[in-house]
Amino acid sequence: MIGGFWWGIVVGIGAGIAIAVAALIGVWAERKVSARIQMRYGPQEAGPFGLLQTLADTIKLVLKEDITPAQADVRVFRMAPYLVFVPVAAALAVVPFAFGWAPFNIASSALFFLAVPALSVIGILLAGWSSRNTYASIGGVRGAAQMISYELPRTLSVLSLCLLAGTISTVGIRDAFRLWWLPLNALGFVVYFIASIAELNRGPFDLPEAESELVAGYFADYSGIRWAIFMMAEYGGILAASLFGAALFLGGGFGLPGILGAVVFVALVATIATAMIWVKWTFPRMRPDQLMGLAWKVLTPMALVQLVLVGMVIPWR
Amino acid sequence: MTLEVESREPRIDEAGHRLDELVVNVGPSHPSTHGVGRFVVHLDGDVIVKVDPVIGYLHRGIEKMAENRTYNQIVPLTDRLDYVGSMYANWAYCRAVERLAGIRVPERAEYIRVIVCELQRIASHMMGIGSAAADTGAFSMFIYTFDVRERIIELFEAVCGARLTYNYVRPGGVAKDVPDGWLDDVLAYTAWLPAQLAELDKLFFGNVITRGRLKGVGVLTPEDAVAWGASGPVARGSGVNWDLRKHDPYSVYPRMEFDVVVGENGDAYDRNRVRLVECYESAKIIEQAVAQMPGGFARADGLPRLIAPPPGEAYDHIESARGSLGVYLVSDGTERPYRMKVRSPAFCNLALLPKLAVGHTLPDLVVVLGSLDPVFGEVDR
Repeated sequence: MIGGFWWGIVVGIGAGIAIAVAALIGVWAERKVSARIQMRYGPQEAGPFGLLQTLADTIKLVLKEDITPAQADVRVFRMAPYLVFVPVAAALAVVPFAFGWAPFNIASSALFFLAVPALSVIGILLAGWSSRNTYASIGGVRGAAQMISYELPRTLSVLSLCLLAGTISTVGIRDAFRLWWLPLNALGFVVYFIASIAELNRGPFDLPEAESELVAGYFADYSGIRWAIFMMAEYGGILAASLFGAALFLGGGFGLPGILGAVVFVALVATIATAMIWVKWTFPRMRPDQLMGLAWKVLTPMALVQLVLVGMVIPWR
Repeated sequence: MTLEVESREPRIDEAGHRLDELVVNVGPSHPSTHGVGRFVVHLDGDVIVKVDPVIGYLHRGIEKMAENRTYNQIVPLTDRLDYVGSMYANWAYCRAVERLAGIRVPERAEYIRVIVCELQRIASHMMGIGSAAADTGAFSMFIYTFDVRERIIELFEAVCGARLTYNYVRPGGVAKDVPDGWLDDVLAYTAWLPAQLAELDKLFFGNVITRGRLKGVGVLTPEDAVAWGASGPVARGSGVNWDLRKHDPYSVYPRMEFDVVVGENGDAYDRNRVRLVECYESAKIIEQAVAQMPGGFARADGLPRLIAPPPGEAYDHIESARGSLGVYLVSDGTERPYRMKVRSPAFCNLALLPKLAVGHTLPDLVVVLGSLDPVFGEVDR
């Protein structure tokens, strides 16, 4: 097995590049999809199909002044974007990109995937708190409550997969995938999809940034490259959640081998990511109490039902 | 959903600030304040205990400016009152002038006024519903309603050259007759509209999240609606059957067949839905008006260049998209009014915000505000 410190460096850089590319494509896709939904064209001037628009925006963001509010807790304020970004990047290390292979093939990688990105809640809370801005504080606290609540249904939905596969290694789950898992796990996949959107603080669950109420929520005072890092974390999160959903719930490319499997895998990842964008631009935003109600009264019981279903199947596996 | 605020001893520091309250200053530059509204919101946890609307950020002294202008020069000022529904302020002002000076308006002009004002109602309601939707995060709905509105703006552009401040309804009639073929365009629009409205209804009002966000939020009882002087969709959403087009008929409205749309629960959902359903009725009125349209002049013949009404006073009101819009004029016999006062429905409706928002959470504030649909040009004047 490849491993060790230097491999970690390589994977870290790779994850950073992957997220940067995902953000470039993701922002472009978000603009194009939302434009199509809203009867607009979206970016079309910069490069073919406006593909370079995000690059131009990134250059603009990097060149902007790095503003720190006068009242802010400066060190925490500067550190917070990285605390959001790094856990998301780390999650990519355990995604099984191919059969029997993940950058880090550790025994409890499903647990790692669920636990480590959840740490970005600390960054969101600190970003909201250190800005010394009422909107940002409310956004940060909302983010904390929301992300912690949605951990539960998301973890439970993955747990039923772990039961089916008999392992909590993501590579093991992908290798054990059988086609008949698809109908069995449909409920769990729905729970995973909704909970992932909520984990990523995206519409209709974008309460921490709630543009119409909190202006921009926890990153209201961020500008330039630090704001861009928040954006990259968001699109990195979409990438990680889509990769993970496709790799585990849909068995990579439905368990198909070779090039065909890889193509189907990529297509499924793109489909899940596009669905997330689609949902965001279709639905209104929920209220915090309704959001909590959805997590605890709807999604958690659904995930538990899924768990029971899987439990009933296991003896005949 | 209304949460009970538990009463307890307030904790106050030496400077007199309450420590158990969070004061959030919403506006004047905020995405959901519909312009330049400012609201100082006191939160206990997540629950609003007090809202102070701070108005005046868009005060331009229009009523005072009117005292130094001739009657025809005031019409462009009234455009800037309710800049989402300029035709209404034009019309209300012109009706007051006509009453004051005893000007008779040709019938054709009255029909044109009814057509443009009903189109304006659709455009204004689309803006209202769209921004209420954007406040709840449904931004695509905002774009769809703007598509419906944009086509009306284009019709207005054809008729008077302006897209927002029309200066079209003038004392004694309208600025100029409608261009050739314009009425056919209007009919084509009203034929196209109902399917679009049905789609918007399904997209926004049929959505389960929208229902959760809007239903039961900011409930206004019919008694309170009357007592606080609410009018327009805000009052009708509470079940108050009050529409000046029916209950104090003016112009050629008595000849039109239409229903007054009335809500049931008086919550944000009903107020916004009343706006949507009213658009169907407006389309009906437009079709009847086009069918009945007589020939003749579009402006009274033989009007003096400078109108100098005899000394006296006049008040006239019309049903604007926001409610009863009244203009009060006092003349001292010169060609400039002695005093102009505008009774703006948006101002009266906005006064309800502190009453309706208390007990709800911060996200509900923008929902309640959006359902009141204030336009700050008219609130501040």
